[in-house]
Amino acid sequence: MIQFENVSRSFLVGDQKVAALRDINLSIAAGDYVSIMGPSGSGKSTLLNLIGLLDRPTSGTYRLDGGDVTALNDEQQARVRSQKIGFVFQSFHLVPRLTAAMNIELPLILAGIPPAERKRRVAELLENYGLNDRADHRPDQLSGGQRQRVAIARATSMRPAVLLADEPTGNLDQTTGREVIKLLEALTEQHVALILVTHDPAIGGRAKRQLQMVDGQIISQT
Amino acid sequence: MRFIDLLDFASTSLRGSRSRTLLMILAMSIGVAAVVVLTALGEGARRYVVNQFSSLGTNLVLVFPGRTETAGINPGMLLGQIPRELSLDDAEALLKSPAVKRIAPLTIGTSEISRAALNREVVVLGSTSELLTVRHMSLGQGQFLPAGDIHSSASVCVLGNKIKHELFGNESGIGAWVRLGDRRFRVIGVMARQGESMGFNTDEIVIVPVSSAHLLFNTSGLFRILVEAKSRDALEPAKRAAEKILMERHNNERDVTVVTQDAVLKTFDRILRALTLAVGGIAAISLAVAGVLIMNVMLIAVSQRVKEIGLLKALGAPAAEIRKLFFAEAILLSGIGSVAGLILGEIGVLAIGKLYPSLPVVAPWWAVLAALLTSLVTGVLFSVWPARRAARLDPVTALAGR
Ligand SMILES: Nc1ncnc2c1ncn2[C@@H]1O[C@H](COP(=O)(O)OP(=O)(O)OP(=O)(O)O)[C@@H](O)[C@H]1O
Ligand SMILES: [Mg+2]
Repeated sequence: MIQFENVSRSFLVGDQKVAALRDINLSIAAGDYVSIMGPSGSGKSTLLNLIGLLDRPTSGTYRLDGGDVTALNDEQQARVRSQKIGFVFQSFHLVPRLTAAMNIELPLILAGIPPAERKRRVAELLENYGLNDRADHRPDQLSGGQRQRVAIARATSMRPAVLLADEPTGNLDQTTGREVIKLLEALTEQHVALILVTHDPAIGGRAKRQLQMVDGQIISQT
Repeated sequence: MRFIDLLDFASTSLRGSRSRTLLMILAMSIGVAAVVVLTALGEGARRYVVNQFSSLGTNLVLVFPGRTETAGINPGMLLGQIPRELSLDDAEALLKSPAVKRIAPLTIGTSEISRAALNREVVVLGSTSELLTVRHMSLGQGQFLPAGDIHSSASVCVLGNKIKHELFGNESGIGAWVRLGDRRFRVIGVMARQGESMGFNTDEIVIVPVSSAHLLFNTSGLFRILVEAKSRDALEPAKRAAEKILMERHNNERDVTVVTQDAVLKTFDRILRALTLAVGGIAAISLAVAGVLIMNVMLIAVSQRVKEIGLLKALGAPAAEIRKLFFAEAILLSGIGSVAGLILGEIGVLAIGKLYPSLPVVAPWWAVLAALLTSLVTGVLFSVWPARRAARLDPVTALAGR
């Protein structure tokens, strides 16, 4: 489903070129469970941003479901993000003034889904993630684990094919982190491809495929 | 994104930062209220003048001695001549024109009026019986000046309402004698209370036959002649006829000024309308100031909400949608601001109406519409830049909060 061919990404810092990714070749199928590990600055987030169409490669091609998505314009990429990709962030990124339910509803609103359908899906997600009694709470009234559950519910509300998680347990304690990982892993059983960046070998080790990155390159795959 | 949801989302962000929202609404509403109140005042002044003019009489042509609108210097002036005065015969001659319905000659002066030990200074108006109809005056008691020969100097007078009260208190006063200067006059009528009109208080005058006034003041000229045309269409013919008749009578010299009341009214109307426009325009500048404020606050909002914008992009909102969100906020702000301003302005107009009941203050519909449009347009216009800035943010850097 996801295919990277000789993808590179470099940044200009001052007049210096910093290569964040070098010649990445990678393919990920539907329902794959992939963890990405590596030292700080090795290019993990950059890779995730490219997969999520938040960033464009400097060179190389990226095919998603067979189509070259690097050729799409910003608006078309936005539509692909809306339909196929879900994000979970280390710092949750919930909208502070919206309730848990409204945060979950946000991608559906942006996609222009009718209110009745939205209400149905949000209710289902609140139920699935054990957030029923927290529906009307704002993020600052929720615990870290609850916030990340809201974020996962939001990321899955459009039923994406790919879920990208950049250190989703980074701001959580170990037990809560485990619970969150279990929720994410459950999604792979529904044919969602899960790509997880982590520093924690215990978490990364659970993935069926494990990528090791150093200096913008994938040095090992299992 | 559906339109309703767009407004809904925009309103959540407005509610999210109350003081900022209230401040902007306040700025907008003050601007709109200023436009409404100031134009209402201007329009009120205009209507006031128009009303006053029409209360003076309808289809009026005014004749003044002397020529006020000639360009250059009148040869007579160089020779030290005073312009020929308007005589009673001049006034009567105007009735020859078929376009003229009635005339009322006017002469004016001040004199002392006394009755027994009471006396005061009054304005004495000399005229004829026609004055009552021509000037739309109304009589309280008794009779007005007797009709008949314009040259007869009967010693009768009609008192203004306040004068009568000062001299006679609650007595009717009809039939009593009063002294004007060194002549005695019999009171035959009292005017109804009318109050001020065009800066001239009819309650404080005494009206006598025009010839009696000439004797009283030892003059023979007229201050002006009021000419009532047969109809509105007869106004211009009456004006031309008056000019022609008087020119013939004055050795073919154009030494009088003849204007229709309409012409005077139109001039006032134009001046006051321009004034209303000008004050409205000045008030509208405050709307532009409000617009700049909105822009500033929006720019701050964009930088405060960088992460949220990054998130919206990650969730699949295209740039156009982000722009629309900020536009929706601006439209909501200026919309609420203008409605609040309209209410504020109308309250102000009502208050002014209560304070000055004689001033017909009403905000003209075009000013209200212009104020609303200006506030909406400034709101949107000044949010173009912030909205574009938000839409252009790079999602990765925005999410990182940089
Ligand atoms: N916007 C940018 N401008 C310049 N350089 C950048 C930019 N983003 C990333 N880089 C550089 O690219 C390289 C890879 O960064 P990236 O954020 O992908 O690392 P990472 O593996 O996610 O690190 P961490 O584990 O600390 O999150 C780094 O050297 C970083 O300095
Ligand atoms: Mg990173």
